[in-house]
Amino acid sequence: MTPALLTGSPTTAPADNGGSERTDRIVGLVQRQGALAVLVTVVLVALVAFPDFRSLDNTGTILVAAAPPMLIALGMTLVIITGGIDLSVGSLYVLGGVLAAWASRYGLVAALFVPLLVCGAIGLVNGVLIAYTRMAPFIVTLAALLGARGLMRAISDEGSTTYVVENDAFGRLGTGSLLGVGYQVWLAVALVLIGMLVLARTGFGQSVYAIGGSEDASALMGVAVRRTKILVYVCSGLLAGLAGAVNAARLGSGVTVLGAGMELDAIAAVVIGGTLLTGGAGSIAGTVAGVLLLGVIQNMINQVGDLNSNWQQVISGTFLAVVVVAQTVLNRLRRIS
Amino acid sequence: MTLLEVAGVSKSFPGVRALDDVSFTLRPGEVHALVGENGAGKSTLIKVLTGVYRPDSGELRHHGRPVSFAAPMDAQRAGISTIYQEVNLIPLMSVAQNLFLGREPRNRLGLIDRGRMEREARGILADYGVTTDVRRQLGTLPLGAQQMVALARAVMIDAQVVIMDEPTSSLEPREVQTLFGVIRRLHARGIGIVYVSHRMDELYEICDSVTILRDGRLVHTGRLADLERIELVSMMLGREMSQTRRQGFTAFAGDHTTDDAAPPVLRVTGLTSRTRLHDISFDVRPGEVVGLGGLLGAGRSETIKAIGGAYPLDAGTVEVDGTHLERPSTVRAVAAGIAVQPEDRKAEGIVAGLSVRDNIALAVLPRMSRLGIVSDAKIDAVVARYMTRLRIKASGPDQLVGDLSGGNQQKVLLARLLATRPKVLLLDEPTRGIDVGAKAEVQSLIDELAGEGLGVVLVSSDAEELVEGSDRVVVLRDGAVVGHLTGDRVTTEDLMAGIAAAAPSEDHT
Amino acid sequence: MTKNAVAERPAAGLAAVRSRLPGYGVYLAVGLLMLYNIVFTPYFLTLSNLRIQLIQVAPIVIVALGMALVIGTEGIDLSVGSVMALAAALIPLYLGYGVVAAIGVSLAAGVAVGLINGVLVARVGLQPIVATLAVFVGGRGLAVVVSDGQLKDIRNPDVLHLGSGDLLGIPVLVWIAAVLVALVAFVLRRTVFGRRLLAVGGNRRAAELAGLPVGRVLITVYVICAVLASIAGLLSVARIQSSDASAVGLLIELSAITAVVVGGTPLTGGRVRILGTVAGAVLMQLVIATMIKHDLGPSTAEMAQAVIILVAVWVARERKSR
Repeated sequence: MTPALLTGSPTTAPADNGGSERTDRIVGLVQRQGALAVLVTVVLVALVAFPDFRSLDNTGTILVAAAPPMLIALGMTLVIITGGIDLSVGSLYVLGGVLAAWASRYGLVAALFVPLLVCGAIGLVNGVLIAYTRMAPFIVTLAALLGARGLMRAISDEGSTTYVVENDAFGRLGTGSLLGVGYQVWLAVALVLIGMLVLARTGFGQSVYAIGGSEDASALMGVAVRRTKILVYVCSGLLAGLAGAVNAARLGSGVTVLGAGMELDAIAAVVIGGTLLTGGAGSIAGTVAGVLLLGVIQNMINQVGDLNSNWQQVISGTFLAVVVVAQTVLNRLRRIS
Repeated sequence: MTLLEVAGVSKSFPGVRALDDVSFTLRPGEVHALVGENGAGKSTLIKVLTGVYRPDSGELRHHGRPVSFAAPMDAQRAGISTIYQEVNLIPLMSVAQNLFLGREPRNRLGLIDRGRMEREARGILADYGVTTDVRRQLGTLPLGAQQMVALARAVMIDAQVVIMDEPTSSLEPREVQTLFGVIRRLHARGIGIVYVSHRMDELYEICDSVTILRDGRLVHTGRLADLERIELVSMMLGREMSQTRRQGFTAFAGDHTTDDAAPPVLRVTGLTSRTRLHDISFDVRPGEVVGLGGLLGAGRSETIKAIGGAYPLDAGTVEVDGTHLERPSTVRAVAAGIAVQPEDRKAEGIVAGLSVRDNIALAVLPRMSRLGIVSDAKIDAVVARYMTRLRIKASGPDQLVGDLSGGNQQKVLLARLLATRPKVLLLDEPTRGIDVGAKAEVQSLIDELAGEGLGVVLVSSDAEELVEGSDRVVVLRDGAVVGHLTGDRVTTEDLMAGIAAAAPSEDHT
Repeated sequence: MTKNAVAERPAAGLAAVRSRLPGYGVYLAVGLLMLYNIVFTPYFLTLSNLRIQLIQVAPIVIVALGMALVIGTEGIDLSVGSVMALAAALIPLYLGYGVVAAIGVSLAAGVAVGLINGVLVARVGLQPIVATLAVFVGGRGLAVVVSDGQLKDIRNPDVLHLGSGDLLGIPVLVWIAAVLVALVAFVLRRTVFGRRLLAVGGNRRAAELAGLPVGRVLITVYVICAVLASIAGLLSVARIQSSDASAVGLLIELSAITAVVVGGTPLTGGRVRILGTVAGAVLMQLVIATMIKHDLGPSTAEMAQAVIILVAVWVARERKSR
């Protein structure tokens, strides 16, 4: 019955709460807005250092390139807030692209719905396995990574066939723009806003946070744990498939070789955005900042020219390590105060 | 008219009869204390009441009608809410979100109305003396305030019954008073409260009636005011007072010959840890068994763990054989000759997936090896010696410890401790959950070890065992030493009197 | 749960089969698949084919050994593929200083990564999956950066000998893997460290209370795992005769985890099956080989692999509630 370890249980009397409340606010602020602050700093540096960075064209490039990762990271945010992880999204992204390009011969609707259907179904399988068998999310989604990759190779003759987008309407989705901003950016913005609303203002959103915070307590408080988990993985699958489709539309074909490691970028962006990898806290706004930050850094690396583009991964990894360790330390600080 | 009633309920688990024909009645507006030592069946009874377990036999009645809860949610819907010892809310979510999770106020679009939620939360919590910003993360509030939020949430769902499982175990005195204020208000509104606690003062302050369980059986139920403290304690701990004798219930032989002039093998000075331990000091001489007496939550296990380097201390020193233990850790404590047998054998003692041999040799591998390579011959010799000495019944040294009976698991654990050649042995409930035969064997072993000159600290909820096994008893209450029993005063009567004595008011802070 | 110590005896029937399945199912599966191939696959039982299979499986076995140890402590190490890439990238850079120096630098990189992972797990207290994620993400990028993103041919005869040489008619690569298997098995069974590792994985709290240096054990485990991964990276370079940091060890963490899990090591820690892990790696290799021999592409093999992982974890899960 005794707690295993009494690691700093807050026992400050209500009266002297001022100090801890302040630490608390600061810690919360760093956690929520840290990514945004870094993003602003990096953008300011880029504005000064790279003359080309300023151009509208370049901004458009950054945003268009960031749209698919944004969609994937959006789904990943939900999954990670529940305390899970989805390693299959990179494969689903590629699969979605190949399926969309293949299905585009049957029209716009098919090009959009086939990838959504298949990727959503794989997400559903992930969710059901995780929710009902209590297998570790990383194992289940790792298997799905393999399975989806296998499926993608199977329909592309072991990766040798590249399907070309054969539907103009679908192709325009990827290349067209409204008010000078690409359609896919609008799509990403719209889904991000919907995601924020769902997370903050619906019962489902509250359940997502609750499960990540404490699954046992959530169950006792009447949260539909299994249903929420399944939904979250379905969302992640759908968004990854959609991202793939959108990307296929932009490239005009379903490219079979890209996308490996997309799941890592997404996880990095989510964590850099302040979402706890252990679940229970995080925000889509932070993820947006995380995705843009990685996008801007990539853009800067490209502008330097002779710099290897793989610096991107090194920076992501370093950021990830720093953020995760900082979060742990900050949380400890907060509990002790 | 009864609110909630349990009639003749029994519940068994493999090897244990957790509840044996227990009945319990809760009336509206009643604060009913549920008491008993560990393993008495309190938690099982609570789990039956809240739909976590279904009883093997007997009936649960709600408003006089038989009911059967399939899940905790069913019980909640029927108006039975539970507040657990460890706050069971979501620490990372805001106070308001926790309060309203699952029934958030909505606006016309069906979206959660945050403004209204926060306003209402402020209003509700003000009644409970919580005036914090409701947007704060729950986990950053003091535990007392968290407990209040849990209580507010529990009562909000039209609760008619609120079960409180040791709600004050981590509260400050002031927070306890706020909690009591709330309980009195609930009481006035006709809500029935089941109150589980081991703090005598609290029970007598707030409860109307009491039900005492022991070993899964109902010992007594009735008005609390009609029961003297000493009677309550003796009913919880075991025998009727008139039955108590100095000898005869256990396998302990009696006093050990200790040299009073000998320097202590263990000296504990001023152990202090947050709200749990307050300035605990005592000595143990070689060949002496010192008992730690007190009820559950008095700080016995924490003291033992703190000495063993496994519990964080704010102040205090531990000396073994006159050598001060610097920067206590489990590694250093074991090296210094301290051996701890933890209370929870499964979670903290044995490694169930390893063999008897590996478990016994676990702590002494360096001594059994050369250049990091273990010598099976040496290990086998040690293992064989202890398996014989402690009469460990296993198919062989290769049998997995998880497959042994509780008694034999305990002996394996003791063998591991003894293999480290300790100077001090700290035993936390060494005979809990083991059969009668093994119990007697463990008890005579303790005698024997003390006879060999080991210093022993013994914790036991069995008053007989404690009194008969110990040469001296240090009585703890609420994490502080409140008495010493020596010589002829090492009796169950004196022990119970020591435990039951009302705390002086200044001791309460 | 604790009783039924007697159930060892011929408690025949389904229950007994099921309780043995996680431990021995892998050998059965390997046996059946071998049998099938011997009968139905032409040229399966030729020396050259067996040779190819063994050479291909060797790096996976080496990585899986380390992974098995980590999983034995209830951990996981996602960074092994990146460590392989790092080791591969460093080899050509330092070959100028001699083979020993180059190998030494590669292994040192492994030690460094292992220390980072271990400290994050044991001292900072991160979950293993989180702690090893950073290197998983960044390690390969660093490797590619270090090697300038170029594929570099290796011409040093000593290194090449490691990858394609023979000793007593058996590839050097296979010898190294076999020696490492024996070594790890020895460490696990016969050393203080090995026994402590199992205790830490079986019940960390109990190990702490028994006075074991839990933190040190954990850090050592992650270092060993990373060093084994860098050895595997080295050998891969030697075999392919070129260093391509962007491809070496890609997704190997998946194969390694699969081999360990399929081999009957529970993800819950406290037990490590070394031979089972080897058999697990061999099984996955056989599955792929069989499918290729029957004109089923790698796509089918991947999907089959996914199913095998899930089944293996599922079966192990059943037993956990013992």
